[in-house]
Amino acid sequence: MVKLIAGVVGIVFCLALLWGAVAPRTAETPDPVAKYHLAPRDVSWQNDNPGGLAVFGTFDRAQLQRGYQVYKEICSGCHSLKRVAFRNLTDLGFSAAQVKALAKQSDVASIDDKTGEPNTRKGIPADKIPGPYANEAAARAANNNALPPDLSLITKAREDGPRYVFSLLTGFGKPVPADWKVPDGLYYNPYFRSLNIAMPPPLSADGQVTYADGTKSTVQQNAKDVAAFLTWTAEPTLEARRRTGIGVVAFLVILTILGYLSYQRVWADLKRRKPEMLPAE
Amino acid sequence: MATQSHDLGPHGPADDLTPTGERRRDFIFVATGAFAAAGAATVLWPLINQMNPSADVLALAQIDLDLSAIQPGQAIKVSWRGKPVFARNLTPAEQAAANAVPVASLRDPQTLAQRTKAGHSNWLITLGVCTHLGCVPLGAGEGENKGAYGGYFCPCHGSQYDTAARIRSGPAPKNLEVPEYAFKTPTQVTIG
Amino acid sequence: MSFPWARHYEPTHPFMKYVDSRLPIPRLVYDSLGGGYPVPKNLNYFYNFGVLAGVALVVQILTGVILGMHYAANTTIAFDSVEHIMRDVNGGWMLRYMHATGASFFFVVVYIHIFRGLFYGSFKPPREVLWLLGLVIFLLMMATAFMGYVLVWGQMSFWGATVITNLFSAIPLVGETIHTWLLGGFAPDNATLNRFFSLHYLLPFIILGVVILHVWALHIPGSNNPTGIDVKSPADTVPFHPYYTAKDFFGLCVYLTLFSIVVFFLPNMLGEPDNYIPANPLSTPALIVPEWYFWPFYAILRAFTQDFLFIPAKLWGVLAMFSAILLLFFLPWLDTSPVRSNSYRPLNRQFFWIFVVDVLVLAYCGGQHAGEPWLRLSQICSIYYFAHFLIITPLVSRIEKPLPLPNSISEAVLKKHTNTGAPIALQPKGAGIAELPASGQPAE
Repeated sequence: MVKLIAGVVGIVFCLALLWGAVAPRTAETPDPVAKYHLAPRDVSWQNDNPGGLAVFGTFDRAQLQRGYQVYKEICSGCHSLKRVAFRNLTDLGFSAAQVKALAKQSDVASIDDKTGEPNTRKGIPADKIPGPYANEAAARAANNNALPPDLSLITKAREDGPRYVFSLLTGFGKPVPADWKVPDGLYYNPYFRSLNIAMPPPLSADGQVTYADGTKSTVQQNAKDVAAFLTWTAEPTLEARRRTGIGVVAFLVILTILGYLSYQRVWADLKRRKPEMLPAE
Repeated sequence: MATQSHDLGPHGPADDLTPTGERRRDFIFVATGAFAAAGAATVLWPLINQMNPSADVLALAQIDLDLSAIQPGQAIKVSWRGKPVFARNLTPAEQAAANAVPVASLRDPQTLAQRTKAGHSNWLITLGVCTHLGCVPLGAGEGENKGAYGGYFCPCHGSQYDTAARIRSGPAPKNLEVPEYAFKTPTQVTIG
Repeated sequence: MSFPWARHYEPTHPFMKYVDSRLPIPRLVYDSLGGGYPVPKNLNYFYNFGVLAGVALVVQILTGVILGMHYAANTTIAFDSVEHIMRDVNGGWMLRYMHATGASFFFVVVYIHIFRGLFYGSFKPPREVLWLLGLVIFLLMMATAFMGYVLVWGQMSFWGATVITNLFSAIPLVGETIHTWLLGGFAPDNATLNRFFSLHYLLPFIILGVVILHVWALHIPGSNNPTGIDVKSPADTVPFHPYYTAKDFFGLCVYLTLFSIVVFFLPNMLGEPDNYIPANPLSTPALIVPEWYFWPFYAILRAFTQDFLFIPAKLWGVLAMFSAILLLFFLPWLDTSPVRSNSYRPLNRQFFWIFVVDVLVLAYCGGQHAGEPWLRLSQICSIYYFAHFLIITPLVSRIEKPLPLPNSISEAVLKKHTNTGAPIALQPKGAGIAELPASGQPAE
């Protein structure tokens, strides 16, 4: 009885599926974006290892500091970095005193103790890095209704994040295909998912930033540095994670070997005894 | 249990073991067990440590305080590490009263000078946490009960503190704690 | 426990005697995981996965309770609190990555455990209740995993919650009411997040309870084995401890090593980048896919594209998706072949492997966008999925002529060792092998 009901149910499901499978398909409209959209360019950083497991890579501190400079002098005009606090910048190799000085350069929203009115005060290391706009509405109003995303997690929030950031920053100025329309106020960038991006080219010429360490400041270099910096902001624990991982995996490999030897020892007695245990043939 | 397992009835392996086999077998088991135990103990640490204060909590462990608006005889209450801090501008009479008490007679003997910074003896900065069981004593706010000794009075169990915030009567064992702080200017202190 | 030759617990130390005579926990452990539980001696590595699933559950509960100490179930700060765990809590990144990766590993282990049961006929009498309890665990796991994913309150959390709860709106007449009731509103919001957090915290402990019943139900008939035949004599079994404790420990070490490699070096491999964007009710991500462990069922859901028999396509999809899991509850009564192990079922074995490939293809389709050729492929694979359980399995169990079974587990082990290493099922008929099935109940 169970089988009979099951068979009927099965046949009904199969027919319903078959009905769908043989139904004519409406022609899929080709996605115009797919034709021109490009995968992120292949670049590598000291902290990653393209095409393989990134096990040992650590951040290049000098590069992170340069990247922070690029963010501060160029990106921070529109993009916030709200999940990073000034105190975190010690990870970049800044001293506690330097971080204090960096924090002091920023004004942080506060409340006046005496009047209760909003005002600003000097930043302290415990503060999160303040963003350029008070709220989303202000950000949209200043940017032609486009919202510049917060950059704290951007390299984790995009497929192949660091390479995406690098490609996007260096992907402006490519010739627009003849059958592609770029509306006014948008810019063509084949690495952006809809190809038309509201962000004007942020890195338009070499030497926009003057590096203190003497590194040649090119658009490529700026993009690479800021992408490295944003990898750090998205995953500040990356180095600790890999370091811990190496120890844990090494420990477990040894334990696995010991576990295997123990297992073999336990079973060895049984295997040796086998012939006597079996009935004579 | 380990010794029992050698005796396995019809298919017991125990009698198979040579003296040498026995020793090596023991070594591997002991090594495996010791390794596994060490690993388990190491894993415990992050499980415990996660309950310690997180990085953002530790970063806020320092606050700046502006004293300029506090008139003699007044006090303010501010929050530091989630606990109240009392900053009190002592009047000359209050200082004199504190200095008049024989130190040896106190439950927790300390002079007013030991509880204030040199050159700023009118500024008494203490935690507002009763040393008995952690309530916030009264006396910092305008018009609050300052207790029989003119300092602070804890309403929970009746501890009374004098004008140097020293315990004078009631169940509390210690004076109100003086936090670590430093004067940056005559009216600016950094606590923590 | 289950066999007359099972050894009995005899405490030697006075303290253990004291405890055992008052609260016999030492006896319970001895009888379930110690020398008092005789286990077939021919279990292969696929039998490690039950213990591994138990370990995975414990890891999830342990890390989950800890994450609950730092997480805030409120839409305005849920995402921030997760990032707080990742950045500021001591070792928080490790605990969160363990919990997120642990869910995936839990499903890998449970899927292998289920397929092991399917191949060796572990769902057949006398282990039907064991199988049913396992399916209950599986359903609870899916609900728990789904709600846990929502807690992050990223884009995928939000839209996953939207899509999955919308399934219930397909129910005729009361669907919309149920949908609104589930969400506590008209779209996922604070009420939804709070109830999901509460249930996500509760369900693992219910799972733990059902796991105890599952293990209990296992210990009554005892473990199945790769030959599928019943244990006949003491020569067929070994005590659980130290034989299988040693083997399970080794398996556990391998499992933890693989788990650690993913946690520490590839923690976001199984996640979606979109879930690092805070939930935005005004914008849907380009491709909404659930976590990978739901993909086969998601593919079945999407495979129904046409109204049929006056039932709308949406309802068909929802019915089929739930049926795909629920039909497993009837499997012990659909597959009535007296032979348990597919090693001795040449015809059914072939269908089994087709089924494995079918599920893998379905899983792949479920992770792709809903267009051709994936849609048609899902439809074909879904047809096989239902046909396999509801039509082929009952028929095969009736018409198939199984291979001769060995007389006992010991004999099968000997054959395997003395022959040229060929799998048991492929060996020719030999002397001393019984013609009658040695185990199982006759067909209904």
